Amino acid sequence: MSATIQTLEPAAEQPTRLPPQMTSRLDGELLEVSMGPQHPSTHGVFRMNVALEGEIVRKLKPVFGYLHRNHEKIGENTSYLGSMPYTDRLDYFCSMTNNWAYALSVEKLAGIEVPERAEYLRVILAELTRLQNHASLLGFLLSDMGAWGTPLMYAFREREKILDLFESLSGSRMMCDYMRFGGCRVDAGVDWMKLAKKIVDFFPRFLDEFENLIVENEILIARTQEVGKLSAELAINAGITGPMLRACGVNYDIRKVDGYGFYPRFKFRVPLGEHGDTYDRLMMRVLEMRESIGILKQAFEQIPAGPVMNPKVKIRAFRPPVGEAYGRIEGPKGELGFYLISDGGTNPYRYRVRPPSFINLTVLEDLCLGHTVADVMVILGSVDIVMGEVDR
Amino acid sequence: MESLEQIKARAEAAVPGAKIDIVANPGPSQQSSLLIDNEHAVAVAKLLRDDPALRFDFCSNVTGVDWLDRTVKKTVKVKKVVDGVEKDVDETTEEKLPGYLEAVYHFYSMTHKHGPVIIRMRTADRADGARLSSLTPIYRSAEFQEREIFDLYGVRFDGHPDLRRILMWDEFVDYPMRKDYREPDDYEYEPTPHDDVLEKAKQHYSPRPQLDGAENITAQQQ
Repeated sequence: MSATIQTLEPAAEQPTRLPPQMTSRLDGELLEVSMGPQHPSTHGVFRMNVALEGEIVRKLKPVFGYLHRNHEKIGENTSYLGSMPYTDRLDYFCSMTNNWAYALSVEKLAGIEVPERAEYLRVILAELTRLQNHASLLGFLLSDMGAWGTPLMYAFREREKILDLFESLSGSRMMCDYMRFGGCRVDAGVDWMKLAKKIVDFFPRFLDEFENLIVENEILIARTQEVGKLSAELAINAGITGPMLRACGVNYDIRKVDGYGFYPRFKFRVPLGEHGDTYDRLMMRVLEMRESIGILKQAFEQIPAGPVMNPKVKIRAFRPPVGEAYGRIEGPKGELGFYLISDGGTNPYRYRVRPPSFINLTVLEDLCLGHTVADVMVILGSVDIVMGEVDR
Repeated sequence: MESLEQIKARAEAAVPGAKIDIVANPGPSQQSSLLIDNEHAVAVAKLLRDDPALRFDFCSNVTGVDWLDRTVKKTVKVKKVVDGVEKDVDETTEEKLPGYLEAVYHFYSMTHKHGPVIIRMRTADRADGARLSSLTPIYRSAEFQEREIFDLYGVRFDGHPDLRRILMWDEFVDYPMRKDYREPDDYEYEPTPHDDVLEKAKQHYSPRPQLDGAENITAQQQ
């Protein structure tokens, strides 16, 4: 960490949670601190330039780009199929949903139909991804709060089971590269389905245990309630999506709104928060996991037999017609979209990723102002970022 | 949701002087877009956001596109008298279209749950100081994404509160997402056993006499 001292212009009154005598310890001076990029609770190589008055954050500017490799340029220089494994590396926790968003956009671009069984498999894998993403997020968040190790290991124990499922299906735990435009790469066998059902049936027991550990924990409540409040108006205007938006009470779930895949066939509720604070964002994940389990159980019952790949699609030397398309899905972190322009060639003319966790960081400064440095880490943890996606 | 023609008519009625064209999308995705002139973009975006029937309050995706100079060949059949006989002759005309940079915005409505409406803005040319008006005062979500377009495409957004490079470092000179960008050959150079690469790299490394005795060391070793 590096630090410089600069003079303070009379700052506007900002709400603080400390008694007034504690706010003006460094009268007239702001301390500029560079937090990160090498810090365990920045979830990767992420830096924030923070101006502090005593312990209170008065200004905060995020600094990006430490993991930038110009994903979009590489996408424009490779074929449509060639980008598919590279989307895994965006948000490396949720490669299945990244695959789906990209496949969905290409399907829109070229007008491709997807077989029924493949759509069901996609729903199953996306919801399993949501389970393991939210579980590990809660683990990380508690780790940021000082509950060192135990909750994270509990979450990772469950995550490993789901990653084993992914591995037995696609050959890789995290870099799955499973979906193709027009379907999925391989079919899931009977044994796989049995195992998946067993894991999903067991998951609520883990959730109950985890909820008991965290939901009424006094320290957790003290650290999260009324911390990092976000209003619904600002959240909509700043393009916040995913659990972070719904924690503010805005009912917007792309699974319901767009009804992509076969989501209209499933019964599930969209949990909504009330206060938009860190605690609501945290609880949103717990509640969404419960809904995901419901979707998974329905999907296991409904899934039909059949092909998993549209035989008309030639995925190699694939040339979609001239045009453009924007496809989006409800990823675990928010709206994940791909914007593609085709000029009729084998490579996309423009390949753009709409990264949810990057855009969710727009309001990071608004959330952190008036809180202490220790709260910044908790707020950042509740935004749920993955630098592979933020910096692309 | 209203059709694109209706939205266009509504915007033209509410914002006098706005030039709006519909850019057709020939592909199967059915996503056509509105091309809005630079001066009236902010007013049109404000209308899209605030009009009670439209309420496109959520700006989802903002991105840039680089279109290079193009020559469009058109072949027209012309009747000509050749050797006293009238014949159909193909006549090819070449039209040069100047390149431009484009910013594309995808709007959705969280209130009415419809969308998307896609609007585009185009710069006059591909020069370094190409300008567009920023929509960040209307949509906060454009803040980082417009910074990204500035960083990677070199479009300057008028009215953006904090226009800096975001993904590349501040000292970086060029705009890497442009189609004619070429990375310098010594960029992150690593020695490889390929002769042509070594030959190329020699251009970038001149002898460094300021290091005392450095030449002698290499001479002795050779």
